[in-house]
Amino acid sequence: MTYKGYELTVGLEVHVELKTETKIFCSCKTEFGADPNTQCCPVCMGMPGTLPVLNKKAVEYAVKAGLALNCNIAHISKFDRKNYFYPDLPKAYQISQFDMPLCENGFIDISYETDKKGVFASKKIRITRIHLEEDAGKLIHTDEGTLIDCNRCGVPLIEIVSEPDIKSSEEAKAYLKALRSVILYTGISDCKMNEGSMRCDVNLSVSRVGDNKLGARTEIKNINSVNFVAKAIDYEFKRQVDTIESGEKIVTETRRFDPDIGKTFAMRSKETAGDYRYFPEPDLPPILLSDDYINSVKAEIPELPAKRIKRYCDDFGLTDYDAGLLTESRIIADEFEETAKLTKYPKIAANLIIGELMKLTEEGESLPVSSEKIASVAQMCGDEQINSSTAKKLLKMIIDGDSRYPEEIVKCDNLQQINDTEQIRILIKQAVENNPKAVNDYLRGKANAKKILVGYVMGKTSGLANPKIVDTEIENFIKTLID
Amino acid sequence: MKKSELLSLNLLEASELLNKKEISSKELTTAYLENIEENDCKIGAYITVTSDLALQTAEKIDTMRVNGENLSPLAGIPFSVKDNICTKGIKTTCASEFLRDFTPVYDAHVIERLKNFGAVMLGKTNMDEFGMGSSNENSAFHITKNPRDFERVAGGSSGGSAASVAGKEALFSLGSDTGGSIRLPSSFCGAVGMKPTYGAVSRYGLVAFASSFDQIGVISRNAADNAAILDVISGWDCRDSTSSKQSLNLSCDITAEKLKIGIVREFFADGIDEDVLNCIQNAIEFYKKCGASIDYVSLPSIKSALWAYYIISSAEASSNLARFDGVRYGRRDENYSSIEELYKNSRTNGFGEEVKRRIMTGTFALSAGYYENYYKKAQRIREKIKSEFEEIFKKCDVIISPVCPTTAFKIGEYRDNPEQMYLSDIYTVPANLAGLPAISVPFGTDRDNLPVGIQLIGRPFGEAVLYKSASFLEKEACGDDI
Repeated sequence: MTYKGYELTVGLEVHVELKTETKIFCSCKTEFGADPNTQCCPVCMGMPGTLPVLNKKAVEYAVKAGLALNCNIAHISKFDRKNYFYPDLPKAYQISQFDMPLCENGFIDISYETDKKGVFASKKIRITRIHLEEDAGKLIHTDEGTLIDCNRCGVPLIEIVSEPDIKSSEEAKAYLKALRSVILYTGISDCKMNEGSMRCDVNLSVSRVGDNKLGARTEIKNINSVNFVAKAIDYEFKRQVDTIESGEKIVTETRRFDPDIGKTFAMRSKETAGDYRYFPEPDLPPILLSDDYINSVKAEIPELPAKRIKRYCDDFGLTDYDAGLLTESRIIADEFEETAKLTKYPKIAANLIIGELMKLTEEGESLPVSSEKIASVAQMCGDEQINSSTAKKLLKMIIDGDSRYPEEIVKCDNLQQINDTEQIRILIKQAVENNPKAVNDYLRGKANAKKILVGYVMGKTSGLANPKIVDTEIENFIKTLID
Repeated sequence: MKKSELLSLNLLEASELLNKKEISSKELTTAYLENIEENDCKIGAYITVTSDLALQTAEKIDTMRVNGENLSPLAGIPFSVKDNICTKGIKTTCASEFLRDFTPVYDAHVIERLKNFGAVMLGKTNMDEFGMGSSNENSAFHITKNPRDFERVAGGSSGGSAASVAGKEALFSLGSDTGGSIRLPSSFCGAVGMKPTYGAVSRYGLVAFASSFDQIGVISRNAADNAAILDVISGWDCRDSTSSKQSLNLSCDITAEKLKIGIVREFFADGIDEDVLNCIQNAIEFYKKCGASIDYVSLPSIKSALWAYYIISSAEASSNLARFDGVRYGRRDENYSSIEELYKNSRTNGFGEEVKRRIMTGTFALSAGYYENYYKKAQRIREKIKSEFEEIFKKCDVIISPVCPTTAFKIGEYRDNPEQMYLSDIYTVPANLAGLPAISVPFGTDRDNLPVGIQLIGRPFGEAVLYKSASFLEKEACGDDI
């Protein structure tokens, strides 16, 4: 992506809330959406005299994330205090990791559709580090004043820091999607950006094309949707270039993105502490992890999307793109695999899932039709017992509440495909007689005019005619007219 | 039994009489409460006295005893608690204006233990604000006076605890020691004070001053009492990740002649009061006479110990005390028009001078550009001191030293000289830097008849040897009026 001879460089810091049952340093619940201040205790409220006790599950989840993202896992790491005053931070320091993070030097492969439709690019984005820390509370601003909800205080977070390898908003989107997908596979977070369980900070700087020296960078904090991240990057890129071109300098600063107007704004300097005075957390001993432990966590990681995509292409003949879509959610990928086992036509099943069913599911949901039924529809379709529009119709009937088996519906409702060439020829003859204009148009080169003839035949057969035969026979018939 | 007799009983004596039902806990508790009523206006050991609660507990224990229930030796024994140890439903002020009205919603681990064992809490004792000070002059409320001489300080920061024991306003007391805060006042008031090994007692519920140094310990009349109480409050606690799973074995049968005592050369440089020096020399002579071997050892990094201690403890304090921001609990200044002003005014007016001095020192030591030369450097010194101690303990069982270069000084004497005040901690701080157990035991007096404390420092979890060594001194000093 270039603009007025400049290119951009982006590094992302992604915060992901871990789906542990209890908080990172106390035994309060982490469930989202509870009434304010009903999930807190003296420890997470930072009452005097309380001490943190590390939740082992949080370490396990963070290690899992690190392994899934190809990181080295530190055998020794430690916690540090990040000191700053803010009303949502009860202890006035966040327990985080500074110079000895849990995971380092990882990467993730991304792929995305380029400007040219159907052309895909892929790239490796390096991950600098992943560290474990606690979340802060939430401020709720009302007319009468600001309220504090401490339910989120102490929810475990990992911060995933990428190298500045991202060169466009498209890459940033692809990176976030890939990251999200991998994390969902490991099951350590639900990554719901709208609920704040996944949040993103963007670090962006620009340079003249070909110039390796990066300019001053700005940080755009706390963006909570993938599309907003892309918009913020596009806006900030142009803003920095325009600022430089007008002779001004880029100030290293923290900015926020306003999604309503699509612009970024400098935050007041008061909202951004400069010096966090990190020092080792004296209340917690270092985290020591053995190879055995790391290997046991590794063993729990399921097959990840990148590997599945390759397998789907190799085994089922799917395109990279389709395989990518199917593997975005582990639940759907698992259902697809279940379906693929039950039919000889996994590719048809894949098309049905991608084209008809996935669009009806929300994040993290399963498909609205069981694997068994999808497989049976795909099977009939592949065996030419039904045509593809019937297949779609069947799925729709099932979604709308028809509880019969697909074979039964086809049988009872007479939805079998008409493969009788003679019968189809008769109908084509009628179609030509009734639509002389369409025939003339077609002969004069209007390819679209054929659709009218096809539509006639389909209409007469309630959509059950074999579309391949219809097409071939129309071609044959028209050839006879020319001859 | 007469009131004065009741107040003279040590823990083991009182426990025995209670057990035989010759006295009741109510009698004993009442004697202490009356003495507090009568004398605490002069001493000022307490911030809060919980008379009603104490009597209720005492009566309950008496009933249980009458009913023949199996009770611990601590059941019915009246004690006091430093006001930085959280007590559910009872104000815990840390002697700070900021927490003047703060009431915790939970009990500290040590309080839970003592409650379970049936001990009777009399109240919360005065201290230097948040434990920062050596004289109790830094309390936001009042100065605790030395029961031996009301013109003199009780020492700090657990001054109220030591004074309550020495003034017979409690049979024992819980204090906390970050750089000498149990041993110094014990020495000044003539009590036995133990700072256990770091990690031996759970810090859960101790309002943090410097987390990597803070340790709860016991102030008592004698070493045997002290050990009995430490036995109850020590042990692993899942709520304190720095508490140790190694349990304290407090019995030991080492004899005086088998003792190997180390004398740190650097401890006997300049500045020690002549009478204090005399007492310590007498103690050394006594051990020699008993057949103990005496060895001169060296702790070369000791000259930087005080500096390292003040840097690290202030750094940790600056972070630990940041939570006192006026947002959720504690003092909120009335004047503010922004959140920054709320922080600033609440903290400016809620903290005393010394606390602010340490917060500023600590904030500075952690700041970008200074961290390496201050905090980091201090940590290196700390590591060095630790390893130097390790070397010494390869050949010694205990290190003997003064607790403080002087005996209790006059109130106001060091008021305008914080650095001189800091020097009071010069002998106590090394044990905190290295996390070692150390006990202060009275041995002799100075020209003004003020008590002198001897410090014995031991190996990690070597408390038993310290108690035993201290008890030898106690026996020798038995003629004194302890």
